[in-house]
Amino acid sequence: MKKILLFGNPNVGKSVIFSRLTGTSVIAANYPGTTVEFTKGYIRLNGEKVEVIDVPGTYTLEPTTTAEEVAVKILDSAIKEKESVALQVIDATNLERNLYLTLQLLTRDIPLLIALNLWDEARHIGITIDYKKLEELLGIPVVPTVAITGEGIRELKERIKSARKGKCKITERWPEIGRIISEVQKVSHRHHTLLEKLGDSTIRPATGLPLALLFLYLTFLFVRLISEGLITYIFDPLFNKFYLPFLIRIFQPLPQFLSEILLGKTAEPLAGFGLFTTGLYIPFVIVLPYLFAFYLILSFWEDIGYLPRLATLLDTFLHRLGVHGYSSIPLILGLGCKVPAVLATRILETKREKIITSALILMSAPCLPQSAMIVSLIAPYGTKFLLLVFGLLFSLSLITSLFLSRLLKGETPELFLEIPPYRRPYLSTLFAKVGLRLSSFIKEAIPLIIAGLFLIGLLELLGVMAFLGEFLGKPVVYLLGLPKNSIGVIMTGFLRKDVSIGLLFPLGLTLKQKIISSIFLTLYLPCLSTLFILTRELTLKEMIKIVAIQFLFGLSIGGLLNLIL
Amino acid sequence: MKRIDLTKMKEGERGIVVELSGGCGLLSRLSALGIREGTEIKKVSSQLMRGPVIIQVGNTQIAIGFGMARKIIVEKKKSISRE
Repeated sequence: MKKILLFGNPNVGKSVIFSRLTGTSVIAANYPGTTVEFTKGYIRLNGEKVEVIDVPGTYTLEPTTTAEEVAVKILDSAIKEKESVALQVIDATNLERNLYLTLQLLTRDIPLLIALNLWDEARHIGITIDYKKLEELLGIPVVPTVAITGEGIRELKERIKSARKGKCKITERWPEIGRIISEVQKVSHRHHTLLEKLGDSTIRPATGLPLALLFLYLTFLFVRLISEGLITYIFDPLFNKFYLPFLIRIFQPLPQFLSEILLGKTAEPLAGFGLFTTGLYIPFVIVLPYLFAFYLILSFWEDIGYLPRLATLLDTFLHRLGVHGYSSIPLILGLGCKVPAVLATRILETKREKIITSALILMSAPCLPQSAMIVSLIAPYGTKFLLLVFGLLFSLSLITSLFLSRLLKGETPELFLEIPPYRRPYLSTLFAKVGLRLSSFIKEAIPLIIAGLFLIGLLELLGVMAFLGEFLGKPVVYLLGLPKNSIGVIMTGFLRKDVSIGLLFPLGLTLKQKIISSIFLTLYLPCLSTLFILTRELTLKEMIKIVAIQFLFGLSIGGLLNLIL
Repeated sequence: MKRIDLTKMKEGERGIVVELSGGCGLLSRLSALGIREGTEIKKVSSQLMRGPVIIQVGNTQIAIGFGMARKIIVEKKKSISRE
């Protein structure tokens, strides 16, 4: 046997079955030419190592989305290679709908077996399924499982080898499904459970929107607590107390030119532009803890099933801006940190949505640490000035996205998604997911950030940066009415945007200058890490367009404020 | 028996799908999620300002964009609520 393909509708617990079968060593891969991700792992069957593929969730083999297209392609290539087995994970509480995919799989030239998952939940809500009878009718093994507790997994493993191909071609699927259902399933009457009532309240606008705000607030509270704790008490001390002195001892004897490139001009990790100092400090000490905290809570909301509800709640509003309800997830991440937000635009189907969403992410608000800095800079003058800054940023981003959605052709597809019942998350799948996401960031983003810093360091040494500061910086600060010494701050902002705001404190700016510089420093450029991620998710050309729009808007609104305030 | 589209149903009302007036793409997407002529559905809620409509089919809840929901025609069931 070569491969086991895990098929199933979304939200049936497929990933949990997958991690039950494969254990730890799991790899995430992008399907060539798409941004659809799937995971691979291995299982030992009778001493043989067999690859297991967690195929993207699909409702049908007649694809309607990119993810479904990928699922079909994976199936086709496995059939061509022969010696593979398909395992469909079925949600026992939704047998009828899930059988639609089963009947399609049965017509394909691949042995099939079924895991009848969420078996406990089905029983709990009064559904009894005669799985022996189902096995007989379909002619393939059917194993009841409760993936979360591990019930039935052993039997499932044992029966993988007895998977069988379907015998007949079925053209009229639904009548056939109706016949099967009437023979194997009994449903007893039941009451609405409290959990379902609570579930419904998170999707009704009157209760759902306030609850969404509350969840959002809790999310950010959690992220700040975790990430800032990690930075202050673990990552930063480790870097400064152990790593840096060690590094200096090793590289100090080098000629000045080399040590400046490797360690930076000063040992201060945020000012030196050194490859081994700034180049590692930014991704590991500053970005990674935020990513960890964000991915942790995002995966939690994802696994309990909240995200589709959020997408539905915000869909109306987002559609006006030319994007889809799905964009709500990257947008909300963007309030915290732009890096995971831009990475999350992968879930969007069209290029158009990706571009508009990216622009919204970058412009609608500063990232969380920068917001905190702006608050401490402006709040002493009163809340109304804070509202001015954040309100201006937000309305500007709305204008930009309206502008972009007129500019870019194409329609925003309508929302159509399943809203799964709330479910208890399975911790080991959750942590595996966080781990996968973090490792893909480390593998893909960190080399880019280091390469970028190398380039900047080189330009600095060649005097190009000073030249840019002189010829670009001067007109900019003139237009904005800022003092000359803020040029340096603007250059630093590229590395770390919250610090750039912090550096404004000692400059002795007036309130007007503070407002203008807060807005300008939020808009003018994304931070280095975001810039590179953006380039990778879109193309270089699209990145330049978005950043140019951002810069022009930042400069013109700043200049305008300088004139009218 | 009144035939109305999904957007005109009230929250908590039940009905039977009698017509899907969209193209093939729409039909196959709906069908894959178990919505076809003869399916019994219940409207769970709808979002403000022509937002998506949420319906219950079997044990699944599905959010459907407003424009799509208008193409799903149902026959209302007499409201015997068995909550």
